[in-house]
Amino acid sequence: MTGIRATDVAVIGAGPAGLAAAVAAVDKGANVLLLERDARPGGILQQCVHNGFGLHYFGEELTGPEYAARFAGEAARRADRVSFLPDTMALSLDSDRTITAVSPREGPLTIKPGAVVLAMGCRERARGALGIAGTRPAGVYTAGAAQRLVNLDGYLPGRRVVILGSGDIGLIMARRLTWEGAKVLMVCELMPYSSGLNRNIVQCLRDYDIPLYFNTTVSRVHGSERVEAVTVVKVDGKRQAIPGTERVVECDTLLLSVGLMPENELTRMAGIQLDPVTGGAVVDERRQTSLPGVFACGNVLQVHDLVDHVSREAEIAGRYAAGYAKAGTLPMPKLSVSAEGFTRYVVPQRISAEPEGMVDLYFRVGDAVKPARLTVRTADGKTILTRRKKAMTPGEMEHVKVDVSKLTGDVVVVTEAVGNV
Amino acid sequence: MSDSITMGGGKREFICIVCPVGCPLKAEGDGDAVKVTGNACPRGAVYGRQEYLRPMRVVTSNAAVQGGDRPLVSVKTSGEIEKARIPDALARIRGLIVSAPVEIGQILIDDLAGAPLVATAAVGKV
Repeated sequence: MTGIRATDVAVIGAGPAGLAAAVAAVDKGANVLLLERDARPGGILQQCVHNGFGLHYFGEELTGPEYAARFAGEAARRADRVSFLPDTMALSLDSDRTITAVSPREGPLTIKPGAVVLAMGCRERARGALGIAGTRPAGVYTAGAAQRLVNLDGYLPGRRVVILGSGDIGLIMARRLTWEGAKVLMVCELMPYSSGLNRNIVQCLRDYDIPLYFNTTVSRVHGSERVEAVTVVKVDGKRQAIPGTERVVECDTLLLSVGLMPENELTRMAGIQLDPVTGGAVVDERRQTSLPGVFACGNVLQVHDLVDHVSREAEIAGRYAAGYAKAGTLPMPKLSVSAEGFTRYVVPQRISAEPEGMVDLYFRVGDAVKPARLTVRTADGKTILTRRKKAMTPGEMEHVKVDVSKLTGDVVVVTEAVGNV
Repeated sequence: MSDSITMGGGKREFICIVCPVGCPLKAEGDGDAVKVTGNACPRGAVYGRQEYLRPMRVVTSNAAVQGGDRPLVSVKTSGEIEKARIPDALARIRGLIVSAPVEIGQILIDDLAGAPLVATAAVGKV
């Protein structure tokens, strides 16, 4: 049966971003429809059984399921205002904010919300995105798929494992598989540095003497039915394989931890402007996208390394989505925020005509900078603030608080290297 | 200088994990007296000393569930345990079978290498 559902705010995705946005929207007086394609809320946190979540938000270290349960509990306490729709897949988003979704229980659904919060999260890059040569046997997994197999389904995906990519999921899985009895032979990293957190390199690799090879990649997969070996090769400064450095490593499993991509199919359908660097929507400080009344937060907006920041960002989006649903309008973007020097991107990319108070600018650098000087200035040359940082790395998202009342023009966030270290 | 190297003796190197700088620490000890160098801040010295004397880690894993709406429940040691005892702890977790329902925070093993093992998720009964 087709029914049209009206609601103040529709939130797409009930991972950490969607849950925090839903709670924040309710607390601003909105009724919320929370759409989730899985059977349970929590998103990918459900399979992140390791700890280290929540240090910033809750001031204590939680595991992924515990962090998710806190927000799911907050949403459940507001059950009179939050309708949770599990097993529900959002199929389309129109430019008039109409959502088409489907679920086994409800059938096809048409939702006409006052505002929309996009909280679909991100996807892992898979083998197809890398162009690794060789055969197509079983035993090649993304690190997240392997994590799901081990932590939710109870299967060990292999016994002798090579991991390509030293992102956090790959590092966490190196330890997890070691703990479950597999032998992790090595982690190969194409870049000269790891995008993973320092703590994970120490506690997941060094603790178990797992070697981490920089400037190294996997160039070929061997094996007919199952992975039998991979060819590992050194790369030069242009990330090109160096002939003669190949070696064949016998293994039965290759895990890929080679980056995450915001999952923005719905965003594209609605014609919302995307940032080519983040892969997410262009938003203002309220996390409103280029389509009025549609907001974005969490990993669908920019890939975060800490869920704590996801929750904060989602609360902003949820709060203003509720505000939009009530008022039918919000101030439009006026100023742009751009990146310079080592700064690779900044979120939000816009500041509205009527910003309120202090605004956190989140950004990443494109290369390791030790030590670094950070400058926030306006395009007309007025310095708003400068900071010295001992170290900035691409793996750690930075943020800086800016008093938006001081802004006289477009904003530039500049990161420079200082001194010779 | 003592020339007898005991469990806590000798010179060892760590990467500090307190902040993104990742100082390369050198720790040298003689009994309980530990000298940490290479740290750029006092927090590094504290970390280096602990890591030298008795490295501690939280262990997280999954335990089998009987009669649940999911086959596994995620678990953690509710505090840090000695790193050296992690293999024993993991072996005990592997042998554990929990009956559903499981509450989040429920104690599953009272003393697992020095800390309780608790469930970090809820599992319903079928």
